[in-house]
Amino acid sequence: MTGGARLAWVCGGLLTLLVAVAFGSLLVGAAPVAPGAVLDLLTGRGPAGGTERTVVLSIRLPRIAAAMLAGGALAVAGAGFQALTRNPLAEPSILGVSGGAAFGVVLAQVSGMGQGVVEALGLTAFGFTGAAAAGAAVYLIASSAAGFPVHTLLLAGVIVGIFFSAAITVLISIVDANRLGGVIHWLLGSIGPIAPSQLLVFTLATAAGVWLVLGQARALNLLALGEEGALELGVDALRVKRRIFVGAALLTGTVVAFVGPIGFIGLIVPQIFRMLLGPDNRVLVPAALLGGGAFLLAADTLARTVVAPAELSVGVLTSFCGAPFFIWLLRSRVARVTP
Amino acid sequence: MTALAEFKGVSFAYRESAKGRPPFSLRELSFALAPGEVLGLIGPNAAGKTTVIRLLSRVLHPSGGVILIDGESVESLGRVAVARRIAVVPQDVPQGFPYTVEQLVLMGRFPHAPARFFESREDLRIARDAMALTGVEALAVEPLDRLSGGERQRVVLARALAQQPRLLVLDEPTAHLDLRYQAECVALLRRLNRDQGLGILLVSHDLNLAAEVSDRLLLLAGGAAVKLGTPDDVLQESLLETVYGCRVVVDKHPATRRPTVSVLWPDGR
Repeated sequence: MTGGARLAWVCGGLLTLLVAVAFGSLLVGAAPVAPGAVLDLLTGRGPAGGTERTVVLSIRLPRIAAAMLAGGALAVAGAGFQALTRNPLAEPSILGVSGGAAFGVVLAQVSGMGQGVVEALGLTAFGFTGAAAAGAAVYLIASSAAGFPVHTLLLAGVIVGIFFSAAITVLISIVDANRLGGVIHWLLGSIGPIAPSQLLVFTLATAAGVWLVLGQARALNLLALGEEGALELGVDALRVKRRIFVGAALLTGTVVAFVGPIGFIGLIVPQIFRMLLGPDNRVLVPAALLGGGAFLLAADTLARTVVAPAELSVGVLTSFCGAPFFIWLLRSRVARVTP
Repeated sequence: MTALAEFKGVSFAYRESAKGRPPFSLRELSFALAPGEVLGLIGPNAAGKTTVIRLLSRVLHPSGGVILIDGESVESLGRVAVARRIAVVPQDVPQGFPYTVEQLVLMGRFPHAPARFFESREDLRIARDAMALTGVEALAVEPLDRLSGGERQRVVLARALAQQPRLLVLDEPTAHLDLRYQAECVALLRRLNRDQGLGILLVSHDLNLAAEVSDRLLLLAGGAAVKLGTPDDVLQESLLETVYGCRVVVDKHPATRRPTVSVLWPDGR
């Protein structure tokens, strides 16, 4: 089977899964809606007004879109960071990049960013800047002549993460708490109501980030040969690394801006697909995008139904799955590749 | 006739070096490799052999002089064009992500169509031919981390052949190979050289291997050329003893009559 045919099969399968999860997610919640009614509403045949219409189209649908975008973006960012650092444990939250983005977003909220699209763009820009700053700091701390030793990179990420979380605490302490409504919930990573303007910016920024990573996917594979090996095969390694870094930081910053720093998606999803499909980034990145969307959407649906009418932060759920997964990876896979 | 690869007064200095040691440098190195020639690059540690490979493959850039491939400057050719002409076979590939043998060999096709997202059927055919040449076609779907060192080295050679280069640069090609595969590797290199006119730059500490397969040898020491000539010219006892700083005996291979070098151990026995 050629690469293109394989990619088409994988994407077709995962797209079906994503649509199925999304449809299931539309049905369940504090106010159950029958499948027939949901189909009617989606195809425009439902009643013009009513609670069901509001619940399905104005509350659940935007939230489902946000969950899919966030999950896909984080998974692609994770795949990008892993290939970039040649470290299977790299991931936005472990690398401290999410922490940097969260600091940027809190800073933007404190200084006030206006309304609508302007606010959404401002939050994204601050999130991206924070993510890039944290990523650059981790890079400078961890890089050595021999590349990125696995454990040094993780430690550098943890330290940068701690620094930014302390900085966020300082900001929250000195600012009037009312201006940062819901910040604690957001810091845990939770998908809430999202305005159409925000959803628009979220979609465009995610598309840009995915394009940056996916466009370099073939060259990114060659980076696995080491920087020198990639250069010898004609890969402009610096340009590839820069694009992946900017793309992954943009994805992380955008997700943090709209749904908070949700952890471990960028670790779990690329790892699972690498086990199932192999390390080829040309298949792995699209699979992570669709599979990450389905995974986080399923987690968010669980988060809003499992303790209904209250809600869990979805970040809590992903951490419950992610932490044991991380430990298992650290014990089994990394032990084999590092001395 | 235009040389396949030529160094003209090439100088280079690394910016940083270990504490207290002067930075390593290459001083005005000149040599030429004719099309279809096998040139052996030998010399003690820190002689500059690896630096020559990195300069030739455009990983490093010379501070003085010019490097030509087919009469064109490496700098003006650009990275991708250089990779279509020169393939480097490293000693090993980094482990980490479990690419399969076929995926790794296909990476050699990158410089021929860098803008393409997936390799073409033609790329796949060329990769499979290269795998057949080095005897790893049966391992096609095996992940690299399940292979032995010798198998991995043959896979890396297949990747370099998939690049369809005019010059093959080999860095210690037999380091991980047992006797049988060393012999097969030498036979394969000779065949490629003879049948396809592939130029070979062989970098090795194994003087006997270099003497066996090379048309000429270039002896480097301390970043400068000490001698360039036929194996018989270069492998002289007095010269080697000065350069390597140990006693050696040069003899003839009983079958091929090529020179062989043996170390005379310091305790004299």
